[in-house]
This record gives sequence, C-alpha cells and structure tokens, in this order.
Amino acid sequence: MTTRLEAPVQEPRSISRDVLAVRSATRRYPARRRGREPVLALEGLDLSVRDREVLAVVGPSGCGKSTLLELIAGLQEPDAGSVEVAGAARAEERRRGCAYMPQSDLLLPWRDALSNAALALECSGASRAEARRAAAPLFERFGLGRFENARPNELSGGMRQRVAFLRTLLAGRPVLLLDEPFGALDAITRAQMQDWLAAALAHEPRTVVLATHDIEEALLLSDRVAVLSPRPGRVVAELEVELPRPRVRRELVSDPAFIGLEQRALEALGC
Amino acid sequence: MLKRRWATGVLVLVAIGAWQVVASLPGVDHLTLASPAETARAMWNDASLLFDNAWTTLVEVLLGLAIAVALGGAAAVVMHVVRPLRDIAYPLLIASQAVPVVVIAPLLVLAFDYGIGPKLAIVALICFFPVTVNLVDGLRAVDPEQLKLMRSLGASRAATLWKVELPSALPYLFSGLRLAATVSVIGAVFGEWAGADKGLGRLVLLGINQLQTPRVYAGVVILMAMALLLFVAATVAQRVAAPWSLEERTA
Repeated sequence: MTTRLEAPVQEPRSISRDVLAVRSATRRYPARRRGREPVLALEGLDLSVRDREVLAVVGPSGCGKSTLLELIAGLQEPDAGSVEVAGAARAEERRRGCAYMPQSDLLLPWRDALSNAALALECSGASRAEARRAAAPLFERFGLGRFENARPNELSGGMRQRVAFLRTLLAGRPVLLLDEPFGALDAITRAQMQDWLAAALAHEPRTVVLATHDIEEALLLSDRVAVLSPRPGRVVAELEVELPRPRVRRELVSDPAFIGLEQRALEALGC
Repeated sequence: MLKRRWATGVLVLVAIGAWQVVASLPGVDHLTLASPAETARAMWNDASLLFDNAWTTLVEVLLGLAIAVALGGAAAVVMHVVRPLRDIAYPLLIASQAVPVVVIAPLLVLAFDYGIGPKLAIVALICFFPVTVNLVDGLRAVDPEQLKLMRSLGASRAATLWKVELPSALPYLFSGLRLAATVSVIGAVFGEWAGADKGLGRLVLLGINQLQTPRVYAGVVILMAMALLLFVAATVAQRVAAPWSLEERTA
C-alpha cells in the first residue's frame, strides 16, 4: 500500500523521460541456515527516476536500501518484477548504465588517490598512464589537486569519500548510485561533504539515486525523496523537493518548505 | 623497537652462556656437545671450508624457494580462478606437506643423481605448501565489497585478479614465504644427507661420522643463521613490495 503524499511524479516535469524504472521488484534472500525463514528484503517496490534527477531513498537501516541499489546496479537480480536502466533490463546491461559507490570507500591501499579514481577508467580498458592523465583534470576541479599522490591512509575520511566519488564519476555512466556515501563520517565532515557533493552535481549533472538514513541530507541534495518502509522495503511516500539546487544549508533549515517536508518524511517513517 | 632488539641480543647471550655452562659440566661428553667456545674456534679454523659449503647450500635453498614460489604461485592462482579445482586439489596440497622428506630424498637422489636437482626438488616440495596455502587463502580473503565494485566498474576477470586480488594477497604470500624460508634450510640439509658431494648438510653429516663435534655445531649455527637471514629478507622484501601491509592504520 503506497500513500502518495505528493502529486504523481510525472506532472510538472513530464518533458524528461524516465531513465530508471523499478517495477514491483521483490527480492528475497535465501535462509542462511536451515530452518530459518528466508529474508524478504524488498516487496513489490515501484520507483522511477527521470533524467538528471536526484532521487533520495530514505529509510530505516535494514529496509533494503542497499539491496535496491544493487538491484539497479545489476549486481543482483529481482526475484519478481523488473528493473530497467535506460531501457535495458538485463543485469550486464544495467551494469554498463550505472556507476555504484558503496558505503565504504574501498580505496586500494597500494594505489595513490589519483590511481584509485582512475581505476574506473582502467576497468574500461584504458592503460594506467592514460587513465591517470584523464582523471587528473577532475582532481583539480574538485579540490583534490594537491592529493593526487597521497596514499589512502594519508587521507582523511572526507577526502577518501571524495576520491571514491570521483572514481564513480569517472566510470562515465549516466546513472550514479550512491549508497550512504557519508554514513561513516562525523557530523561536521558530513555537512561539508554534502555541500561538496551538491556543488559537484551542479557541475556534473547526472541521474542520481542516493540512499541515506539522513532526512536532512536527502532534502539538501535531492529533487525527490522516496521513503521506504521497514523490511520488506516498499515506497510508502514520495516527496517532491521543489527548491532550486544547489541549496544552502543555512537557508534551507529555516525554510518553511523544508520544515514541512521534513515533518512529512518523519511522519511517513513513523517517527 | 630498538629496545626489543637489545632484549633479543641479551636473550641470545644468555642462551650461549647457558650452553657454555652445560658444556663445561664435568659429566658432559665433548664428543656429543661442543661448547660455544669450541664451536667458535671451529668456525674460525674451518672458516673457508664452512662458508664454501654454506654457499652451496644457500644456492640450493634460494633456487628451491624460487621454484616453490613460481610453482606455488601459479598453482594458487589457477586454484583460485578455477573454483572447482580449489576444492578438488586442496587435499592434494595437504598431502604434499605430509610427504616424508627423509624417505623421499634418497629415492630422488637415486633417480636424479648426486647433483643439485634432488636438493631443489626437496626444498621446493616442502616450501610449496606454505606458499600455496597462504596465497590461496589470501586470494580468497579479498573484501567481497571490493569485488562487487570491480564488477560494477565492468572489470574483466583478469583485471580484477591483477589489480585487486593479487595485490591484496601479497601480504599473505610474504607470510607463506617467511614460513617457507625457515623450513627451506632443513629441506636442503635432508637433500644433502641423502647424497651430495658438497654443502653444509653433507659437511655436518661427515663431521658426525668423523667425531668432529665442534665443526658439526659450527655448521648448525650457520644453518640457523641462514634461516634467520632468509626470514628477515622476506620481511624486507615485503616492506619494499607491499609497504601498506606493514604500516600502522591511521584511521
């Protein structure tokens, strides 16, 4: 049962088409041990994302946000329903359409920051030197110029996330899937990273699905928020955030529209 | 760190002191136990003989280790990539370590003559297991999230192996190498006991038969030093090849 708190998504921006569509997707994990029940992670989940739209997926931990992102990314297959990325439904085609940024940065400790970001280009066939050359301008543009040769263990948590995000960007895919990218950071660093990401997306507009458990983060960064129920995850509410992006945190938190949306999100989450 | 080195030095001195005391007890037969002083004298007097033979043994050990790393590395990668093979071949791997080298060594010498061949075979045989098992485990221990990331980036199997799995298994390989380094020397000695015309193992065996006990002890000390040196060399190599694996985590 889906309670729509907001007008159907097609209405105001119906010019741009959906790049991403999840139709009544169900994902069940087999029981880990005999005698246990299989885990139903997602059940009949519907979701669509328009071109260049930033969709935030908010929900309590364990509600299947990561499963949803991995389904979209083509790393898993739904047990029922379908997932389409740019019209392609097969997993390997979805993989080619999406760049996935996992919860932990997963930087390789034996590579410096630039080579870590350039890994995405190497995986699509570039030589290491070519990949580094191609990644370098992005480092300059996103304020990492001085850190090209730093090893991951020399970088702060926020810096590591930036490198991981650039790696995602460099994969050159139309859809970015960000799985709680700042979940492991302290509050202040997280706030800085959110502003950084907002600016980065203003620079490099992409279709983004951002999984987060932070409502403020969702409202700060996204065009639309999908609220998921506890497991099995379903979309229980969709909120349009009709404020221009990038948004300024200080202005946003005192904006009545923001406060209203936050309240509705909390309500949908049952808080 | 430095303090610990000193402590090790002191401990070695204490051990040598105890050895000296035991060796000079009235009831101790000098034909079975040479004192440190006698050992040192033998080492000095027979220096060129000992080190000449030690060189032969060292060459056997290093070449045997190289063979073990090459074959073990290849076996581990093949076992890792061809998943069913790993489960099938693992028992065989364990069996290889259970081969009684003492028995097999004379047979190898019979088959391949007195040359370096049988020694290399034996060193490689006993070093193969620690190298292979550690590398297989290391390749398997890669963070599954990392593999997921590579898959989402569209990386080929070869790229994943080369860019992620092998580098992250490197510290495991070095652990295996350290274990192999210490047993390799024993392997070379067994090989020489089964039949050789040169090498520390053979010299020690001759020394026992000719009741030259101090020379035997001198040989043993050099063999121990050799194993220690190889162990340290493996650690230094790790520091060069995989420095991240030895750094303290600054999280």
